[in-house]
Amino acid sequence: MNTVTMEPKSSPAQEPMVPRTYVVARVAKDTADTTTIELHSLDGKGMAYAPGQFTMLYAFGVGEVPISISGDPGKSDPLVQTIRAVGPVSKALTDVKRGDMIGVRGPFGTSWPVAEAENRDVVIVSGGIGLAPLRPALYHLLAHRDRYHRISLLYGSRTPEDLLYRQELERWRGRLDIDVAVTVDNAATTWPTWRGGVGVVTTLIPRARFDAASAIAMICGPDIMMRYTAMELQKLGMQESQIYLSIELNMQCGIGLCGHCQYGPVFVCKDGPVFRLDRIAQWLAKREI
Amino acid sequence: MSVLDRPPRVNYPVVVGHSDLATLFDALRARGYALIGPTVRDGVIVYEELQSVSDLPVGWTDEQGAGTYRLKRRGDEAIFGFTVGPQAWKRFLYPPKVRLLHARHENGSITFRQEEQATPKMAFIGVRSCELHAIAIHDRVLVQGAAKDAVFTGRREGTFIVAVNCGQAGGTCFCASMKTGPRAESGFDLALTEVLDGDQHHFVVEAGSEQGADVLEAIPHRRATAEEQQAATDIVVRAGEDMGRTVPTEGLKDLLYANHDHPEWDDVASRCLTCGNCTMVCPTCFCTSIEDTTNLQGDEAERYRVWSSCFGIFYSYIHGGSVRRSVKSRYRQWMTHKLATWVDQFGTSGCVGCGRCITWCPVGIDITQEVHALQQAPAGAAHRAEVKP
Repeated sequence: MNTVTMEPKSSPAQEPMVPRTYVVARVAKDTADTTTIELHSLDGKGMAYAPGQFTMLYAFGVGEVPISISGDPGKSDPLVQTIRAVGPVSKALTDVKRGDMIGVRGPFGTSWPVAEAENRDVVIVSGGIGLAPLRPALYHLLAHRDRYHRISLLYGSRTPEDLLYRQELERWRGRLDIDVAVTVDNAATTWPTWRGGVGVVTTLIPRARFDAASAIAMICGPDIMMRYTAMELQKLGMQESQIYLSIELNMQCGIGLCGHCQYGPVFVCKDGPVFRLDRIAQWLAKREI
Repeated sequence: MSVLDRPPRVNYPVVVGHSDLATLFDALRARGYALIGPTVRDGVIVYEELQSVSDLPVGWTDEQGAGTYRLKRRGDEAIFGFTVGPQAWKRFLYPPKVRLLHARHENGSITFRQEEQATPKMAFIGVRSCELHAIAIHDRVLVQGAAKDAVFTGRREGTFIVAVNCGQAGGTCFCASMKTGPRAESGFDLALTEVLDGDQHHFVVEAGSEQGADVLEAIPHRRATAEEQQAATDIVVRAGEDMGRTVPTEGLKDLLYANHDHPEWDDVASRCLTCGNCTMVCPTCFCTSIEDTTNLQGDEAERYRVWSSCFGIFYSYIHGGSVRRSVKSRYRQWMTHKLATWVDQFGTSGCVGCGRCITWCPVGIDITQEVHALQQAPAGAAHRAEVKP
């Protein structure tokens, strides 16, 4: 089974283990712990990638981590990445300033099924930082709006302050060709100004409009969120073969050699991170895979 | 040179006197090979660079069991009268620590320079059948897989392999049931069977490649008689028959896939120390981790790749914690990978039956026994005691 649904326009550099030098062009703080950076490659070549792919970002002398590309796949430059500070490397990467340099390897992995989704309804369900790897898919869908039927974005985050890309979300909400629904687990800190929903993201699924028999779902978020979202979608009649999700595991090489990202028989870095649900369903249901 | 001028190829078994092993060493060295082979060090037989035949473990054997390894004197002068020690050849083809990259931070800019990888010409002396299979598995994983590993490929291409057929089964061996031995069938340049019978001491040798035949022609040899060939064959057959442990390979992949929740995992977790020894001694385990370092000034950085073990808690670490926190999940991952998911990934089992993981487990966990335990109905831990290895 092939989950590569959109071939990247270029393969990774000849030596996939050697980073290329990128210059930080712009830094935007999304939330207290999450930052989006725009990067230009020093060699001016940019990076062609497909929505859903990731890179390995290297903070000099600190280390390297896998980060989803969150920009517009229609533009190979700048490279846009959204990073949540959760450890020493991601902290260093969110602390960069304009003009700083970092190392980038990639792009790696499979991509969202934007070609399969043509002429169908598309449901995008994201939780927390999971919106970042889905944003390139959204850019693609909106850039080719006439190729798709109804598009829904369901987004859940912990609190209103944790919402990523808030201005963009508000802009999308104002459009008449995409349904955007946002919910938070807890709105207490912004009471009474929060106008969105309160509850887990699966509570948004019943009100989303899509044809369960033919729609394509793209899901990214915490494991438990993806499990329940897939369950809810299946309850409404979607098949495993209509549901795609993006998995995250420890990754150190990006090319299927280091072994860390094994998830049952697949290597998430090269066979994923985007999988069609039927390929990994048996593992998704189990603990400590 | 026309075809007719070429000397005839040695494509039949020959006999080489035991004293001409030194001539073989000379012939290999004359072709630029560094000789790597077994030698006694620190109470075990390790693989190291050899200076001469006298470095080989002449007259030594090993006694192995679950969690034990002891060297013993043999009553004879056998040169290869032992089985496999703690090290696999991956130490030389896929070294435990490799520098991959240099990075320099200067005037605000970062430059990267890839480390040039060594491509040594090595001749491995005394590679056993299980190890030939392990090297072939690494060829699949590291050369023919999704990405080519430059370190392994550069070393593998220059390697000359002198295989040795096993004359005895080690205490923890189970290659016969894994169909990976004890006879070396392919993947070697030369294959030796040591024959030691009364005052007879020679090797029956077969060439497995053109370069093997070339080397063989450079050393004294004569065509082996039918009796000599039969005697050599019998030695290997006997080794296969002496093997105490078995793994039933029929349906093995499905057994592992079907038993994710078998109570045996809890049982083995109560014994496993997650030390990772089994993964270090395993000839096929290939996982690595990346280590980034800097100098004290912070302007030079290096990247190393080191062997890693799925038994380590940080192996599966992502933000917020490790995916495989329990001992049970880590043992299950290792064994399931070795015997089941490996098949789906690479079209072959990840286990060659060398028995190292059994010998070098400090608490004597025996993968063959764990397979037998999984085959029992999941009816509680009591079943394990009844299982014979």
